[in-house]
Amino acid sequence: MTDATLSFDEAMEKYDPVLGFEVHVELNTKTKMFSSAPNVFGDEPNTNVNEVDLGMPGVLPVVNKTAIESSIKIGLALNCKIAETCRFARKNYFYPDTPKNFQTSQYDEPIAYDGYLDIELADGTVFRVEIERAHMEEDAGKLTHMGGAAGRIQGADYSLVDYNRSGVPLVEIVTKPIEGAGSRAPELAKAYVAAVREIVKNLGVSDAKMERGNVRCDANVSLRPHGRERFGIRSETKNVNSLRAVEHAVRYEIQRHAAVLESGAPVIQETRHWHEDTRSTTSGRPKSDADDYRYFPEPDLVPVVASREWVEELRATLPEPPAARRKRLQADWGYSDLEFRDVVNAGVLDEIEETIAAGATATVARKWWMGEIVGRAKNADVDPGQLGVAPATIVELNAMVPAEIVEKRGLAVVSDDGPLLEAIDQVLAAQPGVADKIRAGKLQAIGAIVGGVMKATRGQADAGRVKELILERLGVEG
Amino acid sequence: MTETHSELFRLSAAALAEKLAAREVTAVEVTQAHLDRIAAVDGQVHAFLHVNSEEALAVAAEVDAIRAAGGAAAEELHVLAGVPIAVKDLIVTIGQPTTAGSKILEGWHSPYDATVVERLRAAKMPILGKTNLDEFAMGSSTEHSAFGPTRNPWDLDRIPGGSGGGSAAAVAAFEAPLALGTDTGGSIRQPGAVTGTVGVKPTYGGVSRYGAIAMASSLDQIGPVSRTVLDSALLHQVIGGHDPRDSTSLPDPLEDLVAAARTGNVEGMKIGIIKELHGEGYQAGVENRFNEALELLKGAGAEIVEVSCPNFKYALGAYYLIMPSEASSNLAKFDGVRFGLRALPKEAPLTIERVMAATRAAGFGDEVKRRIILGTYALSAGYYDAYYGSAQKVRTLIQRDFDAAFAQADVLISPTAPTTAFKLGEKLNDPLAMYLNDVATIPANMAGVPGLSLPGGLADEDGLPVGVQLLAPARQDARLYRVGAVLESLLEAQWGGPLLEKAPSLTDADADSSTAATALSHGGSH
Repeated sequence: MTDATLSFDEAMEKYDPVLGFEVHVELNTKTKMFSSAPNVFGDEPNTNVNEVDLGMPGVLPVVNKTAIESSIKIGLALNCKIAETCRFARKNYFYPDTPKNFQTSQYDEPIAYDGYLDIELADGTVFRVEIERAHMEEDAGKLTHMGGAAGRIQGADYSLVDYNRSGVPLVEIVTKPIEGAGSRAPELAKAYVAAVREIVKNLGVSDAKMERGNVRCDANVSLRPHGRERFGIRSETKNVNSLRAVEHAVRYEIQRHAAVLESGAPVIQETRHWHEDTRSTTSGRPKSDADDYRYFPEPDLVPVVASREWVEELRATLPEPPAARRKRLQADWGYSDLEFRDVVNAGVLDEIEETIAAGATATVARKWWMGEIVGRAKNADVDPGQLGVAPATIVELNAMVPAEIVEKRGLAVVSDDGPLLEAIDQVLAAQPGVADKIRAGKLQAIGAIVGGVMKATRGQADAGRVKELILERLGVEG
Repeated sequence: MTETHSELFRLSAAALAEKLAAREVTAVEVTQAHLDRIAAVDGQVHAFLHVNSEEALAVAAEVDAIRAAGGAAAEELHVLAGVPIAVKDLIVTIGQPTTAGSKILEGWHSPYDATVVERLRAAKMPILGKTNLDEFAMGSSTEHSAFGPTRNPWDLDRIPGGSGGGSAAAVAAFEAPLALGTDTGGSIRQPGAVTGTVGVKPTYGGVSRYGAIAMASSLDQIGPVSRTVLDSALLHQVIGGHDPRDSTSLPDPLEDLVAAARTGNVEGMKIGIIKELHGEGYQAGVENRFNEALELLKGAGAEIVEVSCPNFKYALGAYYLIMPSEASSNLAKFDGVRFGLRALPKEAPLTIERVMAATRAAGFGDEVKRRIILGTYALSAGYYDAYYGSAQKVRTLIQRDFDAAFAQADVLISPTAPTTAFKLGEKLNDPLAMYLNDVATIPANMAGVPGLSLPGGLADEDGLPVGVQLLAPARQDARLYRVGAVLESLLEAQWGGPLLEKAPSLTDADADSSTAATALSHGGSH
């Protein structure tokens, strides 16, 4: 069941997209938002929990001070005002991933509000995104629905609950409606989420790994005919969890909305689910502004008071903002605007900085990363950093040219399928869950296997070929 | 040792503590005496939902061993070490079930101890068991317990008040010298009034709520239940003070409440009668005993003034919006997913939503459902401002009334409840009549100020106990003990002994032993 879409160009001819984002950032505090249980990713299910996280009778929450500091830092980095006093509220709804059947969140009193973020697009255009608010809340547990269709709760035979994530501190960053992006809306969407991710990573307040759900994006899209003031009806695509997916989801929704509007039908206000495999969205549940969560101030917590002294102390600890850092690095490295932008867009800024730190010149570092590694990563559909190439290796490798030495040291590109298949089988066996996901059609999961194989072959395999072989091995159509 | 076990249970906690320290009795003897008493009378009273004999005796034996060994460990024993206590079954305990008086938690064992329970354990007070209550503390008669009502030791056909009827009745029936209660709108004080016992609701934040199953978080407070003012002070001193696990817990160091109770004095003190909390709607016997108490305090050197709290008339209405609103959210966690009862829907399909609904339909009683529905409605979009929002404004007005009243008086005074204990079943089907029991106690919860109820005598028309309530400004709990101790001693002098000596006997042995008990409590230590 696929929805009709218009081509992107046709959509742009008639309509003007309006975007809005809710980005959830998981903080990397030692303990949870309201309990002393550890905040650790990837442990055995239901081990990082105590009576508070499980919502046992009689428990009470206590706010994590570090989480408040992190939230204030995020607010400051987003040029927000910091509330002198703010409260938590209860968002009441029954769902088994929320042990208390309410989520403790901020409602009408966010800790940070009225900010902005200047987003630099690939061609250097700067677009200002206004931030409405950044508020604190707790994450829910993680549900895994077994049996039934597509991992959804409807029709599942049973569901598994992992409360390790329950109570993990979150900051939700909400933009004001973003108007005027026009045909650059998908690009802006990706660049905005990338900028938020970069900021929280740079602040050190989040591990900022999208693949782990540390940064999750809900993308709101609506269209209006050119020249009209009033916004159209929006859809909210939930949990778009990679930068490229953000771009694709926004593009897809623009095309889908355009087709609906062209047909004369109204757009339905609803949540949508993003599917990486088909690069399309499907209808979730209807969402109306009348959803009644019966918010009221959390009576078990006292207001958070952020004295101006404390805020200024925290402001003084903020690291160099990423945009300023880029300006500095470009000047230090002597790259042209175009060269530097390519490096940034390829996502290898950190890698080049580390390679230079390991002893390479700026030119050599750029040559290896942009000339060799980025292309392979692209073929393999993984991030360059996932290929497992260490900066020190590049320095070493560069010193080893000419080629015959490379070959002698076993560093030549491995193109013989035999050793590759061996490595693939080992990696697949070590990650059966990932293999299952790929078999189930979640092709984006393949990155983990490709990464593993590249690591095993010390980055010397042809990633494109590795990908083909994995799909063959699992009997999946590419 | 001059007493037999059967007499030990009549002693106050302070008297028991003295005898234990003097090694005139052992903690095991004291604990066993209370367990025996429970076995003898609880079939009639039904104050306990669970009796914790084994653990209580083990703790008592530990205290005895420490005391027998002497030395530093014996010196460091808490003054109440070995003095047994009962705990309202709304407060979680490791090693015993906690039911909250509800079928939805039947058989559930808490994996952790409430902070107050940790403090009882640190003081080595044997926990005799868990006491009955209205389901989730929702009620004023203990008739809403899923496990059957508790009966008033003064008249077994009457209610012991609620929600903490179990704790009050246990203390009144000499099954325990001390008990813990919780007070959201009067659940410690009103049972105290109708059973002739003492009950204190501390300043909000004065005692940690961690481990008290929440009804209305902004109103709930754990407090002591006892037969004497001094005993309540002793227990309050054990359980009070800051707890980092409760964000609403006050950081202030606890005052010396025991000293306040021991050095009671009202000379030169201004005591304010709250105009709105007596007179019309109050039973004649309640009003008479209240007026006599005022005369006694005046005679002891207090100045009686009248204060007006005009917004108190809105307190009950506002309370019945705030309390159910918070309760509707607090009780959402009881859904059959992680603990307690799980009921399955009678027909397919078997979905999580339907399991939650079936569990809540089967597990909650009518009064709980009534309040959840009321609160869910009051918090709904479009109604929030009119209901919850307005109720919060009333709360502010009540706080201002208290501020103005405390500018004129050091302590306020009123009857605790408008009537004496009513008959079981009398108001069960009339929720509004039931709610009116708390009209005088609710304002203190709405403002967070402390309140103490102590016996004021027996009503002429029915011979049943009447309560007098004292109220103090927030963080001034010591004033309650200072005034309460004076009034208690003046009244007891008038009665010729504690009021509970006038209670009818529950066993044949009671009639014989009460004379001895009188001698005991007045003859001092032998």
